[in-house]
Amino acid sequence: MIKDSSGIRKTDVINRRMFVIGAAKLIVFSGIVARLFSLQINDNKKYLTLSDKNRIREWKLPPTRGEIVDYFGNIIAGNLKVYQLHIIPEQVENFNYLLSRLKTLLELTDKKIAKILKSKNQKKPWESIIVAENLSWVQFLKINNYMHDLVGVKPVMTISRNYPFSEIYTHVLGYVSQPNENDILENETIQERFVTGMKVGKLGLEKRLENYLIGTNDIQRYEVNAYGKRINQLEHQRGQHGSKIRLTVDTEIQKLSAKLLANKAGSISVMDIYTGDVLAMYSSPSYDPNLFLFGISNDDWQLIRNNSLKPLINKTLSGLYSPGSTIKPIVALSALENKVINENFKVRCTGKTELYGQTFHCWKEKGHGLVNLKDAMKQSCDTYFYEIARILGVDKLKITAEKFGLGKKVLGKYFENEKQGLFPDTIWKKNNLGKGWVLGETLITGIGQGYIQTTPLQLCLMTAQIANGGYKISPKIIVNNKPLNFLEAKKNMELRSSIDPNLKLIKDKKNLEIVQKAMFSSTNEIRGTSYRSRIDDPKYQFAGKTGTAQVKRISKRERELDLKIEQIPYNDRDHALYVAYGPYVNPRYAISIIVEHGGSGSKAAAPMAKELFKLIIDRDGLREKQSNFEEIDI
Amino acid sequence: MFQHNRLNNELTFFQKVKNLDFILLFCLILLSIVSVLVMYSTDGGQVLYHTKSHFIKLLTFFSLMIVISFFNIRLWHITSYFIYFIIILLLIWVSTYGIKVSGSQRWINLYFIVLQPSELMKIGIILCLAKYYHRLKIDNINSFTSILVALSIILVPIILVLSQPDLGTSVLIALSGLIILWLAGVKMKYFFISFITFLISLPFIISFLKPYQKLRILTFLDPDRDPLGAGYQIIQSKIAIGSGGLSGKGFLKGTQSYLEFLPEKHTDFIFTLFSEEFGFIGSICLLLIYSIIIIRIIRIGVISRSDFAKLFCFGFAFAIFVYIVVNLCMVLGLLPIVGSPLPILSYGGSSMLATMIGFGIVLSAKINHKQIIA
Repeated sequence: MIKDSSGIRKTDVINRRMFVIGAAKLIVFSGIVARLFSLQINDNKKYLTLSDKNRIREWKLPPTRGEIVDYFGNIIAGNLKVYQLHIIPEQVENFNYLLSRLKTLLELTDKKIAKILKSKNQKKPWESIIVAENLSWVQFLKINNYMHDLVGVKPVMTISRNYPFSEIYTHVLGYVSQPNENDILENETIQERFVTGMKVGKLGLEKRLENYLIGTNDIQRYEVNAYGKRINQLEHQRGQHGSKIRLTVDTEIQKLSAKLLANKAGSISVMDIYTGDVLAMYSSPSYDPNLFLFGISNDDWQLIRNNSLKPLINKTLSGLYSPGSTIKPIVALSALENKVINENFKVRCTGKTELYGQTFHCWKEKGHGLVNLKDAMKQSCDTYFYEIARILGVDKLKITAEKFGLGKKVLGKYFENEKQGLFPDTIWKKNNLGKGWVLGETLITGIGQGYIQTTPLQLCLMTAQIANGGYKISPKIIVNNKPLNFLEAKKNMELRSSIDPNLKLIKDKKNLEIVQKAMFSSTNEIRGTSYRSRIDDPKYQFAGKTGTAQVKRISKRERELDLKIEQIPYNDRDHALYVAYGPYVNPRYAISIIVEHGGSGSKAAAPMAKELFKLIIDRDGLREKQSNFEEIDI
Repeated sequence: MFQHNRLNNELTFFQKVKNLDFILLFCLILLSIVSVLVMYSTDGGQVLYHTKSHFIKLLTFFSLMIVISFFNIRLWHITSYFIYFIIILLLIWVSTYGIKVSGSQRWINLYFIVLQPSELMKIGIILCLAKYYHRLKIDNINSFTSILVALSIILVPIILVLSQPDLGTSVLIALSGLIILWLAGVKMKYFFISFITFLISLPFIISFLKPYQKLRILTFLDPDRDPLGAGYQIIQSKIAIGSGGLSGKGFLKGTQSYLEFLPEKHTDFIFTLFSEEFGFIGSICLLLIYSIIIIRIIRIGVISRSDFAKLFCFGFAFAIFVYIVVNLCMVLGLLPIVGSPLPILSYGGSSMLATMIGFGIVLSAKINHKQIIA
């Protein structure tokens, strides 16, 4: 057959070479099997994990925020089910038609429509777009009626913050809203739990207590495809609700405060003199925090911002006022404590005092005549206090005032916007104004004018510490103790001060009693400045001190004119102040009232105290009946 | 012997049927069933376009294979050069009138099928060279002219396919051609010399590659360098295969393919889906079927009397082997990604057509294994 010269057949060559190839094939196939083995058997776990990572994706949902309740458990910041309207673009047949239908149904603005279109272009077709964050019931019904016509629209129920008492608690609670970049950057907890649609505290306790209130996210696990589209839900893991927080405040008292200060600028604070519980803290005017939940409209915002009574300022904590005559109990106490006067020290008031080439006027032009401490306090004689301030000196006065809480933050732990106020002394003036102290300044400090600046809550704390027998208390707004009755609370306070002597603010209890009696007479005796606001029933009887703080220096001409309050421009009118505590026997609560530009303390502020004390003392019993509260360490 | 020289030999229809290789046929049918099932899975457990189209193609080409097998092997010997030239003409046609898809011009639209002539060339080159060496005297095999002619036969289609551009197919054509040279007895030292020359000139060749081809090689060397871009396919493919484990995730339960993480799961990456759903055991079984097919083809070559049939069978067996190896190595991350389908399993008309024609000729060689070709 066909052989070459050496006699080898071509067929043999082909067959032989075939077997060389065959061996090679075997080796290569074994290599592939080895590779399969290593991938599928050895590294199976690794690739299974990777495959799960591929297909399972977690979606975090907004956590449910903890509720805030008042002392009696009434919800003051709660959660409300709201109906939102979402569009899922991929399900929509005709987007423009749908938008025009929604526009008429929900009365959407053109701006909103543009916003929806914009977010539609940014999102993937299966990601929902929020059209309305909070549908009213009427709107919800409308949408449901037209559902057949609105393909691709989905009503969704979610939970939103709600402030049932609207403006009553705004300055205490603050409000929540969409976080901005800073909110997220500043708080690691928010950073970790942030999801779109989540609201965070922007102000007040909502912000301060964010980490307690926030709660943990619900987590939904979905199987997704390579493009991130959810195929089916695998699991829904419920998150933990945020902590419930109980405040010391009493909604009824807070409401009354709001009512009393309606249409006025000012502040009312109420404090338990033994425990330091803040029962009420209202700054007027306020605004509705619910407006901020879904983004405030520009019109509403301008209305709040441009209100001349300044609703955005928390006057209780950040409003700085001259205390006026409400400082007099401290001046008297300081003088007594420093033994520069005694109870019987007398001064003759002629209506004005000439000193250091200046004239210092008493509010009563004709003068009070010869007055002792009690009468001077009762009738708020300025001349008397000029005199004892002069003898005492501002530096000693400051020591006492600071002990009683002036010039220091009261609730600084909870409110970052609280102001410290100022109680001046000679060193302060030298360091800050670069000038030496003038003796005349001591005199006006003695009647609560001049450099001195206090917040309404400081005055309330001051009064509380005068009322409780001169013990230092730490004011608080979050409940962290069980309710104590009068005796328990008092004992508790005294016990603590026996352990820590720094908590005792005075040397001689008698001095305080003198001041207390003087304050009592100011309210309950004839010719007392707040005599007309007294309550005779001992159950409600209270002791207080009026104050009228000048906002501008009164010129000689004005003094002669003796204008009626209505004749003075609003911004030049005096601030009206009143501090008080009650009941006089076995006191329990202290209050401070400030009415901006209200005129005189006795006319504008003290009458409010009368109504307040009636309510506060009626509710005293209810307060004690509260059961034990959850412990919370904030 | 002369009676066998007639085209219409004396074998009756029943003798022909009796002479068919039933083991090979059984394996092919088994593979076809598997391929339809896998296609059904790529369609997400529904009979959709790919399943239907694949099934129809299988049916058509399977019939074609049987028809081809009933012709005498001499017919294929006679028409070999002609077929080669026809495919060359088709390749030239493609280079001017072909359909361009994502940058490469490989297809002719014949309306009932979109034909990829380069796939047909994989068979054409084997046919052509088998005839060439069948007719060459053994003394001339290592002569300079004959090697030059053989190399030209390989180079012409390769240049045409490379210009499409289609590196993967041209490499497969080259391998199919060279194996015939090897089988025919071209001296081993030539292979060694050219292999070493190839290695030396490799950097030079790489510098001529298109950017996307270079990227593929870089990606192969380190898939993690761009996990969402160039490395995505190979990473997802390895995840799918690896997560299959011993027995797989189960039919229609391959999450990687179902959730569309697998690219090109119908075509080049079909094994990935199969391996994810049927696991190591399934993959070994599949390899076993392929091995049996290859062994059967070799056996037919061994019993064939003519060198042409032998060369074709061995060459085709090697080609099938190379397709499988290249495809599997690619999806297993052992080779860079070159477009290379898995025989019969992958979706794609031309590749299946070429493969089935090949099997048809192999079966024809089996039926006529006693045929001697002058």
